[in-house]
Amino acid sequence: MARNEIVLEAGRKERHYWADLWHFRELFFFLAWRDILVRYKQTIIGIAWALIRPVLTMIVFTIIFGKLAKMPTEGQAPYALLVFAAMLPWQFFANSLSECSASLVSNANLVSKIYFPRLIIPSSAIVVSFVDFIISWFILFGMMAWYDFWPDWRIVTLPLFILLAASTAMGTGLLMAALNVRYRDFRYIIPFIVQFGLYISPVGFSSAVIPEQWRLLYSMNPMVGVIDGFRWALLGSDVSIYWPGFYISVCLSIVMLVFGIYYFRKTEKTFADVI
Amino acid sequence: MSVVISAKNLGKNYIIRHQSRESYTALRDVLANQTKALAHRLRLLFSNNEPIDDATHETFWALNDVSFDIEAGDRIGIIGRNGAGKSTLLKVLSRITEPSTGRVHIKGRVASLLEVGTGFHPELTGRENIFLNGAILGMSRTEIKSKFDEIVSFAEVEKFLDTPVKRYSSGMYVRLAFAVAAHLEPEILIIDEVLAVGDAAFQKKCLGKMEDISSQQGRTILFVSHNMAVVSSLCNKSILLENGKMADMGDTSDIILRYYTSGNQSPANVNYEDSDKLVGNDYALLRKASIQDKRGTIISDINRDEDFVISMEYRILEYKQYRTYYPYPCVYIYGANGEVVFYTTPHNSQLGQYDIGIYEARCFIPSRLLNIGTYFVGLGFADCDNGVNVHFFEKTGLSFHIKEKHSEDLLFENNGYGNSIPGLIRPSLKWAITQAE
Repeated sequence: MARNEIVLEAGRKERHYWADLWHFRELFFFLAWRDILVRYKQTIIGIAWALIRPVLTMIVFTIIFGKLAKMPTEGQAPYALLVFAAMLPWQFFANSLSECSASLVSNANLVSKIYFPRLIIPSSAIVVSFVDFIISWFILFGMMAWYDFWPDWRIVTLPLFILLAASTAMGTGLLMAALNVRYRDFRYIIPFIVQFGLYISPVGFSSAVIPEQWRLLYSMNPMVGVIDGFRWALLGSDVSIYWPGFYISVCLSIVMLVFGIYYFRKTEKTFADVI
Repeated sequence: MSVVISAKNLGKNYIIRHQSRESYTALRDVLANQTKALAHRLRLLFSNNEPIDDATHETFWALNDVSFDIEAGDRIGIIGRNGAGKSTLLKVLSRITEPSTGRVHIKGRVASLLEVGTGFHPELTGRENIFLNGAILGMSRTEIKSKFDEIVSFAEVEKFLDTPVKRYSSGMYVRLAFAVAAHLEPEILIIDEVLAVGDAAFQKKCLGKMEDISSQQGRTILFVSHNMAVVSSLCNKSILLENGKMADMGDTSDIILRYYTSGNQSPANVNYEDSDKLVGNDYALLRKASIQDKRGTIISDINRDEDFVISMEYRILEYKQYRTYYPYPCVYIYGANGEVVFYTTPHNSQLGQYDIGIYEARCFIPSRLLNIGTYFVGLGFADCDNGVNVHFFEKTGLSFHIKEKHSEDLLFENNGYGNSIPGLIRPSLKWAITQAE
């Protein structure tokens, strides 16, 4: 019996938190599964929505930045591929961030009625975005076949950049989710961050167009590192990456993740009282 | 028996904000208030006034200094009026919210059912929701799979398994939700008033299931309800909460008595003239009432084998002439759930004109009439000489408890049947058994 004993007390650190998280691991998948199942119910074209949005954005960006503004591409890559290689991680990040930060509030009934480690809710929101992300890969492969442009060995490093995108989204998302429980202002801030971020991140253009003296500062946006990494891994050997900036992005993303988890854990116990 | 839940000085407070219409805080308000508070503190620095509490905030103790021990296999009822802190206590025990003071030790896996169908998604089918809800309540997938058929047949929704639950009737919805929770196998099950929904037959089925869980599998149950009949049939012990404080803990029947008569000295002896509220009109006032045994001693725990007396004293304030039907005292006996067991009044021939003064009416209740359980006494005084005229009526004026000792004789009386016998009354009647052919 003693193994199961728990003590509840004001401000007490939960000793079994990570064990509990493991115990509830199936809930994590069930919540993601629920969101995926429910997502396209009562829609006519269903899962096609996951394809249409990134494709349309990619077309618009290619026309505006590539054709009208005549911005340079990187290496030999067609401009549409340059945009879509950035679109993939950006959509993943943007969806994760918005789903993650809204997740606690939209599951308020669970939070106020049932105990489980709250970390499960925002993390399962990221899994849902990850499914959309995987679907988008089909578009990329379709485009690569169309242009007959194939990546080289660097593609094997891609999981690292995906992980980097996920940890950036998770860190920011956890922080926003926790803040959103108490201050609903963040409901309005998130769409703004996402919209703004699309233009300040090098989605529609190559980060090489940024003047050399500003590159370091520009890399303070962790998504710059992620997007550069994606292009480096996907668009062939003559694409270069700005390594100092990349390291900054990685460090910032890790700091963000640690801080996000820390803040989330700190405020977690009051969620049920304020939601 | 080992203690599975031990709470010490448990408290939970909330800050309530007045003049705030929004249920959530906006950063704008926080910034504005912080600025105001800062300005306030600055002003205090330069003046010698005592700091005053912010008028818009107030600390509200939803639970205050609650301590108890619960042993394995106990079925605990938690009763109290609305806002007494019952739900807060359950929330603390089920780890949804953290206590502000004190501590609780809990041994064993806890499952809580604070709301029927938490986490049900209306778009998902019954089958999908069973898995989802099971996972939310802490079951593993293999566990749910092994109990799936049992859950479905308990909920009686076989035909609608693949229909989205948004098309379910509310009864089906509740049945399915309870069925999932009832098949959990926690060591401690916490249930909040979830049986208020669903039809009578299903409620009975749920109660049966809960009794099974606790008696056969030795699990501990904590149960909140306003339905005293359910609490008294399910729970062996109860906790009474009043305004966030623990008023009492003990045998369910005693606690229910206290709940109904909270504030009074003893539920079996009440003095109405002391209370702020007078019971009666300008003709008659209820003075006091009590339940006594044969020797005139006040008693609230009555043996089924004993006769007892319900006594009421009333004061007649003016002289009135009655033609045929004289004013009469009357007694209602109610069961724990509020149903009338019987009504009794003296015969008109025993009555007469009243002079101004104090009168005592005594009603003799024979032994072996009522079944064991908790009863409430309604006390009234009325006349029907010229239309019905009620002078006073106190609905739960008194309460008492009928008990019996288990003995060899009793077993013979019940032909060896040892469980509780149904019914509000249990008279010993005359029987005749003859050989017909």
